[in-house]
Amino acid sequence: MRRLRALPLAFSPALAGCSGVQAVLDPHGDAAALIAHLSWLLFAGGAAIFLLVMGLLALAILAPVRIRAALGSRRFVLIGGIIFPSVTLAALLAHTMGVSRALVLPREERPLRVEVIARQYWWEVRYPHAGEGAVTANEIHLPVGREVELQLSSADVIHSLWIPGLHGKMDMIPGRVNLQRFTPTRTGVLRGQCAEFCGLQHSIMAFWTVVQEPAEFEAWLARQREPIPPPTDAQAARGMRVFGEAGCGACHAVRGTEWRGQLGPDLSRVGSRMSLAAGALENHRGTLAGWIAGAQDIKPGNSMPAYGRVLEGEDLLALAAWLEGLR
Amino acid sequence: MDDLAPRTARSTPNPLPRPPEELARLEEAWRMPRGLARITEYNNNLIGPLFVGTALLFFVLAGILALIIRAQLAFPGLTLVAPGTFNQLFTMHGTVMMFLFAVPAVEAVAITLLPAMLGARELPFPRLGAYAYLIYAIGGLSFFASIFFGAAPDGGWFMYPPLTSKENSPGINTDMYLLGIGFIEISAIAGAIELIVGILRCRAPGMTLGRMPIFAWAMLVFAAMVIFAFPAVIVASTLLELERAFGWPFFLPEYGGDPLLWQHLFWFFGHPEVYVIFLPAAGMVSMIVPAMAQARLLAHSLVVMALVGTGFISFGLWVHHMYTTGIPPLSLSFFAAAGFAVSIPSGIQVFAWIGTIASGRLRFSTPSLHILGFLFVFVLGGLTGVMVAVTPFDWQAHDSYFVVAHLHYVLIGGMVFPLLAGLYYWAPAVGSPLSERLGRWGFWLIFGGVNLTFFPMHISGLMGMPRRIYTYPSGLGLEVWNLLSSTGAAMTALGFLVVLLDVAKNFRLGGGGSNLWQAGTLEWLDNGNYGPRSIVRVTDRYPLWVDPDVKRQVEAGGHYLPMTATGGREALVTSPAEAIPQYVAPLPFPGPAHVVAAVGTCAFFFALTVPLLVEAAVAFVVTLGAMIWWLWQGTDPAPPQPATVDIGDGIRLPTHATGPLTTSWWAMVTLMLVQGTAYACLLSSWLYLWLVNGDAMWPPPGQGVPLGGFGLLAAGLYAAGGLAMGAAAWLLGRGPVWAVRLMLLAAMACFTAGAGADGWALWAAGIRPTAHAYGAAGFAIFAWQAMHVALALLLAGYTLARSLAGMLDGRRRLTMDNAGLFCGYVAAQGIVGLALLHLFPRLLT
Repeated sequence: MRRLRALPLAFSPALAGCSGVQAVLDPHGDAAALIAHLSWLLFAGGAAIFLLVMGLLALAILAPVRIRAALGSRRFVLIGGIIFPSVTLAALLAHTMGVSRALVLPREERPLRVEVIARQYWWEVRYPHAGEGAVTANEIHLPVGREVELQLSSADVIHSLWIPGLHGKMDMIPGRVNLQRFTPTRTGVLRGQCAEFCGLQHSIMAFWTVVQEPAEFEAWLARQREPIPPPTDAQAARGMRVFGEAGCGACHAVRGTEWRGQLGPDLSRVGSRMSLAAGALENHRGTLAGWIAGAQDIKPGNSMPAYGRVLEGEDLLALAAWLEGLR
Repeated sequence: MDDLAPRTARSTPNPLPRPPEELARLEEAWRMPRGLARITEYNNNLIGPLFVGTALLFFVLAGILALIIRAQLAFPGLTLVAPGTFNQLFTMHGTVMMFLFAVPAVEAVAITLLPAMLGARELPFPRLGAYAYLIYAIGGLSFFASIFFGAAPDGGWFMYPPLTSKENSPGINTDMYLLGIGFIEISAIAGAIELIVGILRCRAPGMTLGRMPIFAWAMLVFAAMVIFAFPAVIVASTLLELERAFGWPFFLPEYGGDPLLWQHLFWFFGHPEVYVIFLPAAGMVSMIVPAMAQARLLAHSLVVMALVGTGFISFGLWVHHMYTTGIPPLSLSFFAAAGFAVSIPSGIQVFAWIGTIASGRLRFSTPSLHILGFLFVFVLGGLTGVMVAVTPFDWQAHDSYFVVAHLHYVLIGGMVFPLLAGLYYWAPAVGSPLSERLGRWGFWLIFGGVNLTFFPMHISGLMGMPRRIYTYPSGLGLEVWNLLSSTGAAMTALGFLVVLLDVAKNFRLGGGGSNLWQAGTLEWLDNGNYGPRSIVRVTDRYPLWVDPDVKRQVEAGGHYLPMTATGGREALVTSPAEAIPQYVAPLPFPGPAHVVAAVGTCAFFFALTVPLLVEAAVAFVVTLGAMIWWLWQGTDPAPPQPATVDIGDGIRLPTHATGPLTTSWWAMVTLMLVQGTAYACLLSSWLYLWLVNGDAMWPPPGQGVPLGGFGLLAAGLYAAGGLAMGAAAWLLGRGPVWAVRLMLLAAMACFTAGAGADGWALWAAGIRPTAHAYGAAGFAIFAWQAMHVALALLLAGYTLARSLAGMLDGRRRLTMDNAGLFCGYVAAQGIVGLALLHLFPRLLT
């Protein structure tokens, strides 16, 4: 423990207090809705059985002799321990298999394919149908009403993608590609998080999923592919120069420039994203500068070096200003 | 209650009163060594309570870790502990609770109580039991100390590669787990062998399987499950350590390995592990409920079937932990069905307990409170268990706090409450009773605290909180539930403090035998260090209820074997099903050999971890020497005088036995089951990696199929080695001594040459363990066989040495029989492995 301070975990203020962004029982898609429905069934059935067993236990202790004699028979054990659970569980198994089948039946011939590649400790997101350039990080945009197939892989250790509002978890395992299909049915902003322990910063490996109207989505996707415009003011120009001089391009790519690094997130539209460093920080000029300067204090053990001792204050601010403008 | 009425007292097996010097001789034989020599004592009356105490110590230690975890998570964004420390904390919490508390605790209770319950003086291999305890205590404490040096494992108790591979976890932390925990599992397996043979062969005469107490049944199933489940985790740990230390790529996909292989092996152990913990606790409940309700256990045979059934089904459930790995959902339905099926045996037991309570009258003392707390918490945990067996629901619940809630309800409900009930119930059987007042305070604080801690976790999980995170943001609705959990944790801790205070204040070992609860089973007889004064003649499941005079008769020495026949410690060995007396087995006197072996074993494994290779080699030699010494001076003794003894009822038994009649032969067979299970895990790993790689890559380019000629030669030599051992055993007592010795030498030569041909067949075909998973898996199978060949050489050489020392003949031949058995196993194992490695790839092409 170095020093006591609150972690600067990011939430857009607009979302603060909205308890449903990562909730299982607030579904925004068909798969999550099926599972939520099944969950309520399980909770109701479980509660009823729990009360029944506790009631029988109370009777066994307190009831008059006549009732207790009935409970103290071998037949009671056979009915309660074998017949009742067998019937209940057989019904539940049939229902479970029905729900499982409904969850895996493909609905569309050609769903929207999105590749998500997990790394310690962030998410790379690609839209292969839209070409090479359609890359972003820590944010998945999806059109409402269209079936999605997530193609999930990992570049290092096992991670697990979990967007409770859309579906359950699916592990991302080195050497394999796992698929997850669902159709978002409501627009909204949902939070997801890594669910398989993946190392030091497993806790800060979140992302936002934005379910939007198809037209909005297409516009967003088109914008991702465009090269960035040249800087509009002197500070931004200085920031862009600093980016090159500090060697940021070795790890980060920016479309329309010579920088094509693959180790860190693509920064072409970093200014438009909802969070920084996989949910570690909100995204604005101040946090951008703070992250560049102190990445190892904010999220120790992540792959981004801290540039606080390398960059002068003015350079740092200019860099942050330029990045913020990449929208 | 009619069946509890006294029957007419019959004459006792031995006439009363007993000669006055008899008790003194018995006491002398079983007298504990004094002073420092006390550590050489192996008696279960000493080791058992020490074992329980050590397990409780680890419970407290792991509980403290949990409190730090809950403090860090009490509010969002706290930084009480650094992320790396937090990861060590939850890894150690899980690891210590599972490996150093839960399994050892139930084994400890068994070692303390089972001999008394079975009416035995001692378990059959008390030195093995003491050795198991010592490596657990020394190894466990050393392992725990790693957290003070930042060297504790930090990859989760499940240790998934590739997070735990050398590249991603270069530190010593992971090795600490793989070696530190790996060898402590030896302790669990040693204990299991001891329990299986003890339960099957050391029951009081007349205690047929049908009259055996439920706890013994539970421990029998427990031990069998340990035998078949724990080898998987030992194999998995060994493979990962081979990958880390020598670069054998079992789990690295770029070299043909697969991370999921680890998960299959780990959970093949890990899921039965849950029932390994629960079944003994259920067995305790089935002992406590009848006594507290003063009624026989309802549906006894159904409960036994439930225990055995759980044991079987639990091996079909490991994929439950892998629902989200991408296995097709419809094939997961099979495992969902198995998950539902396993809840039926638990249901049977719950209803049997409720029915038993109904058929008697529950006495409201602290043990009863804990039993009721157990039923409440465990039933809730069982129901959420059915939920997480439902595949689609598990996709959401998996690795979230919902599962944290579920597993704590099951483990605390299914194990800790029964253990607390057992503590309050059995304290008067082994020492002084605990306080009823403190007991009630402790119960309500723990019961309230546990529910307050873990119930809100269901909700935080459904709100999207994943497991194993060191912090969480505000704004997701997690704040209130986490604060409740942390408050509950403090309350639970307070409850355990009250219990500990009670134990410290009121519990003293010794005394006992007062039958405080008017229970019906044999552990309530007055037991000295020698166990019962005489070994009871059993005619019922509840011997003390069916004949209230039995207690007096036994304690006066009126039942079987009230004396020491040979002047030393002895165990009465009976037949496995009907418990018919077979022979009186002399037990060794306490000695330091097993203590030296235990210290050496721990030193060896920790030196390997660091690694200090020279020190490890020294420790290895010391351990081996101590083990040979241990065997040499205490096992296979000369037939004692007198050759037979009248144990009572006119039953005259030999004091010496050989072959399949002996407990030691049974232990060897059980050990072979362990070895065979581990070997099956290795062969399955090889086949699994073939499935992952596909026919075209098996063998991969650049590596060949093992050379067939050398394979045939190796198989022939293994067979010849096994036959030579068989011939030596046959000749012993029939032929000349030189022929026996010649055959032993021939066996050693054949095994050595066989292993050479076996390895050369791989190497000469271009197979390399570091190049690809194909080579790694093949060499792992060979290395396992080579290790067994080394053991076979050791045993054959040891037998030869016994022969040369004049300690081997036609009657004194236990060493020969057991060495022969083991060598036969090694030969068969080698041939099976050769068949897989040589024939299977040829079938593919």
